[in-house]
Amino acid sequence: MSRSGILIIGEVRGGKLTGATLECISEAGRLVATVGGEVSVGLLGEGATAFAAAAGSYGASTAYVVDAAELAVFRSGPYTDAAMACIGAADPQVLLLPNSADGREIATRCAARLGAGVVNDVTVLQPGDANLRATHPCFGGSVLADKECLGDLQIFTVRPNSFARVEVGGEATVVPLTADFAPSGMRVRVVDVVSERAGVLSLEEAAVIVSGGRGVGSPENFAVVEALAAVLGAAVGASRAVVDAGWRPSTYQVGQTGKTVSPTLYIACGISGSIQHKAGMQTSDVIVAINKDPEAPIFNFATFGIVGDLHQIVPALTEEIRRRKAVT
Amino acid sequence: MICSHKDKGAYVNTVVCVKQVVDTEAEKRLRPGDWQLDRTVENILNPYDEYAVEAAIQLKEEFGGEVTVLCMGPEAAQDAVRKALAMGADKAVMVTDSALEGSDAQGTAYALSLALKTLEFDLVLCGTMSTDAQTGLVPAALAELLDLPMMGNASRLGAEGDTLKVNRQTDEGYIAYECPMPAVVAVAKGINEPRYPSLKGIMGAKKKPLTTLSGADIGIDPAAVGSAGARTRVLAASQVPPRTAGERLTDYGTPAEGAAKLADFLFDAKVV
Amino acid sequence: MIDLTLSEEQLSIAQMVRELMVEQVRPRTQEIDELAEFPAWVAELFRGLDLFAVAAPDAYGGIDGSLITLCVVVEQIARVSPACSMIVGVQSLGATPITLFGSAEQKKNWLPAIAAGKKMVAFGLTEPDAGSDVKAMSTRAVKADSGWRLNGRKCFISHANIADMVVCFAKVNVGGRDQITAFLVETDQPGFVVDKVEHKMGLRGSPTCSFVLEDAWVPQENLLGEVGHGLEILLATLHRSRIVSASQSLGVARGALDLSVAYVKEREQFGRPLAKMQAVQMIVGSMVAQTEAAGCVVYSAAAMYDAGSGSIERFSAMAKLLASEAAMDVSTSAVQIMGGYGYMVEYGVEQFMRDAKVFQIFEGANELHRMAIARDLFAQG
Repeated sequence: MSRSGILIIGEVRGGKLTGATLECISEAGRLVATVGGEVSVGLLGEGATAFAAAAGSYGASTAYVVDAAELAVFRSGPYTDAAMACIGAADPQVLLLPNSADGREIATRCAARLGAGVVNDVTVLQPGDANLRATHPCFGGSVLADKECLGDLQIFTVRPNSFARVEVGGEATVVPLTADFAPSGMRVRVVDVVSERAGVLSLEEAAVIVSGGRGVGSPENFAVVEALAAVLGAAVGASRAVVDAGWRPSTYQVGQTGKTVSPTLYIACGISGSIQHKAGMQTSDVIVAINKDPEAPIFNFATFGIVGDLHQIVPALTEEIRRRKAVT
Repeated sequence: MICSHKDKGAYVNTVVCVKQVVDTEAEKRLRPGDWQLDRTVENILNPYDEYAVEAAIQLKEEFGGEVTVLCMGPEAAQDAVRKALAMGADKAVMVTDSALEGSDAQGTAYALSLALKTLEFDLVLCGTMSTDAQTGLVPAALAELLDLPMMGNASRLGAEGDTLKVNRQTDEGYIAYECPMPAVVAVAKGINEPRYPSLKGIMGAKKKPLTTLSGADIGIDPAAVGSAGARTRVLAASQVPPRTAGERLTDYGTPAEGAAKLADFLFDAKVV
Repeated sequence: MIDLTLSEEQLSIAQMVRELMVEQVRPRTQEIDELAEFPAWVAELFRGLDLFAVAAPDAYGGIDGSLITLCVVVEQIARVSPACSMIVGVQSLGATPITLFGSAEQKKNWLPAIAAGKKMVAFGLTEPDAGSDVKAMSTRAVKADSGWRLNGRKCFISHANIADMVVCFAKVNVGGRDQITAFLVETDQPGFVVDKVEHKMGLRGSPTCSFVLEDAWVPQENLLGEVGHGLEILLATLHRSRIVSASQSLGVARGALDLSVAYVKEREQFGRPLAKMQAVQMIVGSMVAQTEAAGCVVYSAAAMYDAGSGSIERFSAMAKLLASEAAMDVSTSAVQIMGGYGYMVEYGVEQFMRDAKVFQIFEGANELHRMAIARDLFAQG
């Protein structure tokens, strides 16, 4: 039986499908002209049927739902089993997942089970000679590699903010599935789920990020960065120096050994712009730098830079933006 | 042979999978002689794997047991393995075979899984990814090939008797798991602070057992590894053109005036 | 020809010390200089990584006892903090008399704790009236109560205020003649009092002290070697420690080079980096050549010492002379090419220049070494 169509394994966060999931569905809609077949989505988890409507409105024609108690909280094995059930039902040519920790694990394990190739952290997907041609950054983002998967099932994990999400209207037919949960994966028990930062915008998904560096001076002063982020509806990031100093946890870190982000706007406050940090944010559309050191390397690649004391400029900017947004 | 775990409170034997990678960070490697930055000897123990080695040593210090370092790579990769031995691992196993050259991450995981089948362990530890290829595939692939439970992105790792306790880091916080050994765990950056190898550790590293296995020794099917076995192919690679400097404001009067100009830019660019 | 290839272990050790110093100590070198106190936290870091093991042979808890390995460690420390390099340097200096002349019993009793850094040891030779002229010392020791009683004053003694023991040299009257003798004095006694810690131009994180011995008592087991062996002991010790001192100087030169070279590559004036200007290139070229030449002699001397052959006397004197001159010249040039920023404490390089000066003075003033080199040559006929 030959494979057809594109299947997206969806991801849920904060009670809705993640932006990256919707971006994958939209991109699948654009690619399916070349690949042929249909766009379907796999929804995993308790009550996952609720997300079929959103998937449909972004272009999925079928929503395979595995609604099981075993999937209440992410576990690598059971989620893979559930994804495999969707793959078995959809029999796609192309499998897309968001490039999150969960997505990568599911993608890898499905690839291993099916003997398929997988390319991670893809930023561009286009038709190739036979299979799709996927671009992904490597070596800290300084090199772009174009790759293809060999074989009849192509698996990709997609970097958030790489594709445009477009609501096309439409409905997805819901197909409930059951999964066989392998015993080895079921040996992992969930003891607790702790949400210390519920509702916190994910750095990888955010359209706007405000980041603070060593120049912020202290963990208390970080509040000025957070205030600007709040008025912009932005996620908050930090440089390695800030994390190493213990001012913010490592989940805030943007950089080569932290998170790689591609927002529309990245505002760097008191960040010098080391190679290490640059590697994590250099694909942002617009980079704004606020730093008191005119020689800071970040000014060499920022779209807009302002030399000055961030402790004065950032609050003033926050105020200015609040004022302008209130007017409009 | 995977050895499943025994008595309460007894030892944890771990195998840490490590890789030697090119050093992409500035300021690190020294060239002997004039001690300048050596750009020719650019190979180091993958920084993400250092966290796994440290985690394994900490488990050994708490519970006893043995730490084995496993590495697939050419002979030169022994340097990376020696560093892990100097940090405190007990022995090392290398998988070296020219047939493995050009393997993708899945081929690597396949080779490592065959090597693991010859070893006794309660826990396989890995870093979350390597700084060169950055695929992050190996830990999950290993779990699949060995049919073991897997917990990734671990921000905390402990054990109690037969049971592993792992916190998986999420954007909001974490998921606390428990799982009987044996299992595969990938540890996140920052789970611990990898120790510097001590002087005595460095001097003693060469005396620790280092076994080299060839593909034939562990039954690797050549068709499954190397470029022949790869399931992805690189079509092209290009350097990203560097970003150039944009506008830079230095002369703007008061901070409020500067902020106003910056706000003008942001609204004009329609990014806010 | 001496083989100057470092072993894999020596390279790994250099790498580890370098990373440790850059990551843990470099951010606080100014603080160490300003506080002008022995940085116990650095000693603790060193302890945890067995760095003091370079001070003793492996039979007594150390490692291979190779002088090259010790020099490699000390150079990498000095490259970031010359003051901190004294922590290992002084420990090795104090341990050397015991290693070379101690009885099996003495070595067994003292060296393991020294190699573990659990006991800190210093070297008490210099006196107000006895610097270059060591024989002019006036500290005396007399037999008393199955031991010895010492009286006198020592000055310019590194780390005496934190040491658990000090190897002290004193004159013993034997049949009307003064015989210099070495004793291991435990500092935890009322007869040992540190009464001054000097304010210095540089190396401020390494305390330099004066102490008095007022009826300080040592048991017979603490006599090193025999009565009258003191001169031989101190000469043999200094003979080795001057090579270590030379590797410290080498580190100073390299540290100054690291900072100034990085600076001239970044700093632009008149539309281009300073590194592209001929005047700067002339200076940097000389700095590098002088440093490398010194490096060759230092490691040749260390290799000869370890091999026990070659013109060890001459090479160790040359190593100390050339390396300390390099440290002073290179650090001064480093400040110069960094211009105004070179003078500012914040930029780190001025500390190397202040630290460098003493290396031309202690461990045998350079004038003495020049004479020693000439005399060694003439003695060959």
